[in-house]
Amino acid sequence: MLTKEQIAQRISKEVKDRYYVNLGIGIPTLVANYIPENLSVEFQSENGILGMGPFPYEGEEDADLINAGKQTITSLPGASFFDSAFSFGMIRSQKVDLTILGAMEVSENGDIASWKIPGKMVKGMGGAMDLVASAQNIIVAMMHTNKAGESKVLKNCTLPLTGVKCVKKIVSDLAVMEVTDKGLKLLERAPGVSVEDIVKATEARLIVEGEIPEMQF
Amino acid sequence: MIDKRVKNAKEAIQGIQSGMTVMLGGFGLCGIPENCINEMAASNLTDLTCISNNAGVDDFGLGLLLQKHQIKKMIASYVGENAEFERQMLSGELDVELTPQGTLAEKCRAAQAGIPAFYTPTGYGTEVAEGKEVKDFNGKPHILEHAYEADFSIVKAWKGDYSGNLIFKGTARNFNLPMAGAAKITIAEVEELVQPGELDPNEIHIPGIMVQRIFQGENYEKRIERVTTRKKES
Repeated sequence: MLTKEQIAQRISKEVKDRYYVNLGIGIPTLVANYIPENLSVEFQSENGILGMGPFPYEGEEDADLINAGKQTITSLPGASFFDSAFSFGMIRSQKVDLTILGAMEVSENGDIASWKIPGKMVKGMGGAMDLVASAQNIIVAMMHTNKAGESKVLKNCTLPLTGVKCVKKIVSDLAVMEVTDKGLKLLERAPGVSVEDIVKATEARLIVEGEIPEMQF
Repeated sequence: MIDKRVKNAKEAIQGIQSGMTVMLGGFGLCGIPENCINEMAASNLTDLTCISNNAGVDDFGLGLLLQKHQIKKMIASYVGENAEFERQMLSGELDVELTPQGTLAEKCRAAQAGIPAFYTPTGYGTEVAEGKEVKDFNGKPHILEHAYEADFSIVKAWKGDYSGNLIFKGTARNFNLPMAGAAKITIAEVEELVQPGELDPNEIHIPGIMVQRIFQGENYEKRIERVTTRKKES
C-alpha cells in the first residue's frame, strides 16, 4: 500500500512538460514536490495565482499571498495574480491542462462526490465543481477505502455529486485505474498488492486485462 | 475628480439596514474588509444576507457576525473552517446557499457588468442544478445562473485614491475585484488612501466609477489561516 506521499509521487508522472496544473487540497498539494526539474510546469491556484512557488521561509509569510487551501505560499519569476472571476474563466475555457483533486467517492463511469455528507458534514464544494465541470484531464488522488474499510471506488456514488462523468484516472493507495468507455480499467497495482486484493477492495466492476504491472516510481 | 471619501468604517456602513443583502470580498481571511466587518459586528444589524466566498473563522471575519446571529442567510462556496457556522447550518438556524466558487464569482461579475444571467457548465447533474433551466451548447449541457442583486458591496484594496480608484495586492484581489460595483452601493476600505494623481492610471485594477465610498482602514490584523513555511537549507 502506498503512503500519501507515494500516491503524489505516482501522480507526478502524469504531469507533462509545459502543463498548467491545478492542485487540490490534501494529497494533490504534495504532487508539486515530485515534479522533475527538467519539466516546465506552472501551478495555478484558483484563488488567483499562476506560477505558485513553494511555501515561504519562516518569517517571510505574506498574508496577501495564499493558495486555495489558505496556506501561505510564494510566487515564482513569471507569476501573475488575477481575480476569482478571471481565474474560473481560465478554468472553464480549458486553459488548465491537468486538475488533480481528492474525493470521498468515485464511480466507475467517472462521477465524483467530494463536498457533502447529508446531515453530518457540509464544507461546501469550493472550486471543485467548477474544475470538474470543465477540465479535460482530471485525476483523483485518494485512499481506496474509508476508515471502516469500505470501498470508495463504487458502481454508483452514494453521496451528493460534485460532477458527472468527468474523472479520467484514479490513483489510490492500491492501484491506478482509468475510466474508459467500457468501464473502469485496472492499469497498475501498488508494490506488493495483488490484483485480487484490489478487486476485493473495489465495489465498482473492474476491467482486468492481462498482466497488471506494478507501479514504477 | 469626484471625492468619495468618508471618515471611517462607521460612516461607510451608514444606510446598511437589517434584512439587506451585502457582498463582502476576500478569500478565506485574505483580503477581507476587516474594518467594516468589525463595525457591523458592533452594530445592531440583524437578518442580513451575506454573499462571501467563505464565512470567516469562529472569532474573526464573518464569524463575528455569525456568533451574534446577525446573519439570516449565507451565500458561500466553502465554509469548512468555521465550526459555529456548521453548527448553525446543520441545526437549521442559518439558511445557506452553497454555490460553486466560479459560479459565485461570475454571479458577482455579471452584476458588476450589467448581465442579468448566464449559462455555465458548472454544477450540471448535481443538486446545484435543481430547478434551474438547462440548455445545450455545442452538445454540452449548461445551467442558467442569475446575477446577484445586492444592496451593498464591501471590498478591501491595498491602495486607493479619493475618487475610488483601487489597486489590489497579491491574491487579495480574489472576490474584491468582481464585487466592486456589483451592488447598489460599493464601499472600499484600503490600507493606503492617497491623493488623486499618486496612483499610476496604468496600474488601476478598479476604476473609481465602481466605488461610492472609500476610507483608509486602521489596525489591520491580516490574520493568516494556515501559516505554512519551509526551513532554510543550511
